[in-house]
Amino acid sequence: MQLAVLGGFVVAGMAPLLHRWFGDRTPLVMALLPASLAAWLLGQWPAIAAGEVLLLEWAWVPGLDISLSFLIDGLAWLFALLITGIGALVLVYTGDYLRGHRDLPRFLVVLTAFMMSMLGLVLADNLVTLFVFWELTSITSFLLIGFNHGDLSARKAAQQGLYVTVGGGLALLAGFVMLAMAGGSWSLAELTTRGDELRDHALYPPLLACLLIGAFTKSAQFPFHFWLPSAMAAPTPVSAYLHSATMVKAGVYLLARLHPALGGTDAWTLSLSLVGAFTMATGAFLAIHHTNLKKLLAYSTVMALGTLTMLLGLGTPAALVAFVTFLLAHSLYKGALFMVAGILDHETGTKDVTHMGGLRRVMPRTAVVAAVAALSLAGMPPLLGFVGKELMLESALAATHFRVIIVGLTFVAAFLTLAVAAIVALRPFHGAWRRTPRSPHEAPPGMLVGPALLAALSLLLGLVPGRLDALVASTVAGLGAVDHEVHLALWHGINLPLLLSLASLALGLAVWHRWDRLRARLARLRPLMARGPEAGYEALMAGLVAGAEWQTRMLQNGHIRNYLVVTLLTLLGLVGHALFFRHAPSLDVPVEAYLHEAVVAGLMVAGAVAACVMRSRLAAVAAVGIMGFSIALVFVLFSAPDLAITQLLVETLTVILLVLVLFRLPRFATLSTPTERARDVVVAGLSGLMITLLMLSVLAGERLPRISDYLIANSQPQGHGHNIVNVILVDFRALDTLGEMFVLALAAIGVLAMLRFHAGDHEVGRSSTREHGDG
Amino acid sequence: MVRSGTLILSVAARLLLPLQLLFSLFLLLRGHDEPGGGFIAGLVASGAFALYLFAYGGRAMHAMLKVSPRDLIGVGLTLGVLSTLPALWQGEPFFTAQWWTIPLIDFKASTPLLFDIGVYLVVLGSVLTAITALVDNDREDDA
Repeated sequence: MQLAVLGGFVVAGMAPLLHRWFGDRTPLVMALLPASLAAWLLGQWPAIAAGEVLLLEWAWVPGLDISLSFLIDGLAWLFALLITGIGALVLVYTGDYLRGHRDLPRFLVVLTAFMMSMLGLVLADNLVTLFVFWELTSITSFLLIGFNHGDLSARKAAQQGLYVTVGGGLALLAGFVMLAMAGGSWSLAELTTRGDELRDHALYPPLLACLLIGAFTKSAQFPFHFWLPSAMAAPTPVSAYLHSATMVKAGVYLLARLHPALGGTDAWTLSLSLVGAFTMATGAFLAIHHTNLKKLLAYSTVMALGTLTMLLGLGTPAALVAFVTFLLAHSLYKGALFMVAGILDHETGTKDVTHMGGLRRVMPRTAVVAAVAALSLAGMPPLLGFVGKELMLESALAATHFRVIIVGLTFVAAFLTLAVAAIVALRPFHGAWRRTPRSPHEAPPGMLVGPALLAALSLLLGLVPGRLDALVASTVAGLGAVDHEVHLALWHGINLPLLLSLASLALGLAVWHRWDRLRARLARLRPLMARGPEAGYEALMAGLVAGAEWQTRMLQNGHIRNYLVVTLLTLLGLVGHALFFRHAPSLDVPVEAYLHEAVVAGLMVAGAVAACVMRSRLAAVAAVGIMGFSIALVFVLFSAPDLAITQLLVETLTVILLVLVLFRLPRFATLSTPTERARDVVVAGLSGLMITLLMLSVLAGERLPRISDYLIANSQPQGHGHNIVNVILVDFRALDTLGEMFVLALAAIGVLAMLRFHAGDHEVGRSSTREHGDG
Repeated sequence: MVRSGTLILSVAARLLLPLQLLFSLFLLLRGHDEPGGGFIAGLVASGAFALYLFAYGGRAMHAMLKVSPRDLIGVGLTLGVLSTLPALWQGEPFFTAQWWTIPLIDFKASTPLLFDIGVYLVVLGSVLTAITALVDNDREDDA
């Protein structure tokens, strides 16, 4: 499985190559990858159904208890199957949707990488592995949303999605670290068994808060819901995939995965069920504002994600059954509906649902598919959506806290969703014929097969929901409700949920009928809604930029003198604080200097004073050089020949570089003002004083065990070298050295870039035009 | 401005360059047991090329170096990273030093040596990149 995921990334990278061989058929070829993975997963079904858990472990950083381990239980299996199955359909769909598109290979690379990241995420057993894949999905979805990067709004939407999800990702990382500290393990499977320990731990409140922020941003819960509809700037196959199977469900998946370990407390129940219920109603309410098909559907996804979160929050076995059923139903119909939306956009040239009408005559098959999927969205029998909705209402009615609020919000969401379903499936296809920018035809088969299959599954599973019992049972077991008898049925008899359903049906149809008038009235609310969370995000971003500009003006203004003053003052503050308030400085050091040592010290002092008072630049450089060579002498005196040689050579090279630079500098035209000089004297003097005190304190302080003893003892037996300095550099601490090599290389490239771009502006122009050519 | 044109410097640079390079190789190879090592050796070699540059100008130095200093950086980094990998073959943790003795000349070959050569090239490449960038910049200004 690890091989399959990592290999998947390789396949993703090969997309341009495959495109050269297969041309427009590349998406079909690449669809074989998720399809075969899905087939493999199906083959594992008997084992999963029997309650087995497949754990495939690969060591990664064993020293830190980090492994690339994958775990497949019911929950992971369901998600993985959705990801690979719908992924394959999306790829097939892409084949026709982006036929002949110039950037098709790039799209395939990112989409496949996204698919694999998502798969890695749901299979990961180790928190670090999970986090890596989690962030990979953020990055790849950023690239997908911003696919049409010539379009400013697409770029902005991509940025928004990235900032919100990655910002949440940082909170998540903190949460994971605390989780691992509290639970004593990085393995999810281990943590799941330590639920009681975790819930009683002192770190539980902060870690829960961090994890929830991470999950809520990813799954677009209120107040972070705004990025998801903006993300509609992505090409439709991405939307279909993002919404049905993947990314946005990652947060829900994580919550579900952590449910056995963290769930059940009041904090968990209240935050999840209230946030979920509120998100659900907000999503449904915002959906009917929009006439853009994709936005309508996106807000209905927000609503569905809210529902899922709420169900997890309720946390009863019945709610968990509802969770799994609703999840499956939503994945099927939302995938189908987005693909239908893409077909409509592709064929008519508009996304605005009010500009479409009567398309049933030219696109009969699409109309049927849309109708079936929308019926499932609306929660009408005999579709899977109905089963899910009934279970959801039943669980909401059984809520222990804030029952009135939760049931009320659920009911609002239910009838608004019904209206959305009617708008999406009836409005474009029925009624009077309207002219659209493009003259529509029936969709090509490649684009129809995916939604048709998903819609058919919604219908079939709705007719025989009992078929899902084993799947739901094993998934629910993964959620922590072991031994819960699961039996899904289409008909529960006449009960309160059914009555609520009927009421929502009536209200929903009423909303649909008066939708045009309702929209006009809702438009008056616009100014109020403009102050919602999205405005907060914009304000935050503007503030961030303003803050960055301010600190650049104050700190990074290009005057090296300012940099030095700021750096030294910071150092003085921090080290001085530690020195004087944590450890009283002690000056009890016997001074016994030999004559030659005193001479070298005197030379250094003389060099420093000379460098300060010289009025000629060359002389000042020479005086600084005296300092450098004196330091080299000190190294020689204290038997560190390597350091001495290095110091000498660096001094020599510095002179060479200075010679090259000095000629380019202007004359000493603007000398610093007396105030500035006074400031510099104070700062320099204080720094010198403090470092002296620091060194004296270190010498007087108690001797800690010295690392050098170990290095001296082990340099020859382990490093095979007599020169300890060199053995440290290339053996004991070689990783540091490797890092420094990269720093050095970067510095050289930086110098080169600075000088080049300064020298020839025409070169900058040329490179930027080339970028445009690429884009 | 660069390129002195004095006879003494020109002759000295031509004579000193091979010696300095030889010395830098010597420092590089003996670094594991005696004072020396990739960093110092790289600095010595940079000094040698810098001297040549002052004597004959940037173009002559480029002609003699044949490769771009930036390529040296790239090769150096690659060697540095490559030297960490053989340990994986032995099933040991990443970066563990590997030692082999070449029989006839009784020479200790090792991944640290490879690593040191990488350091050497990166140092040389970085310093030369900076110096040649400054020199090229001057030439453009003069032109």
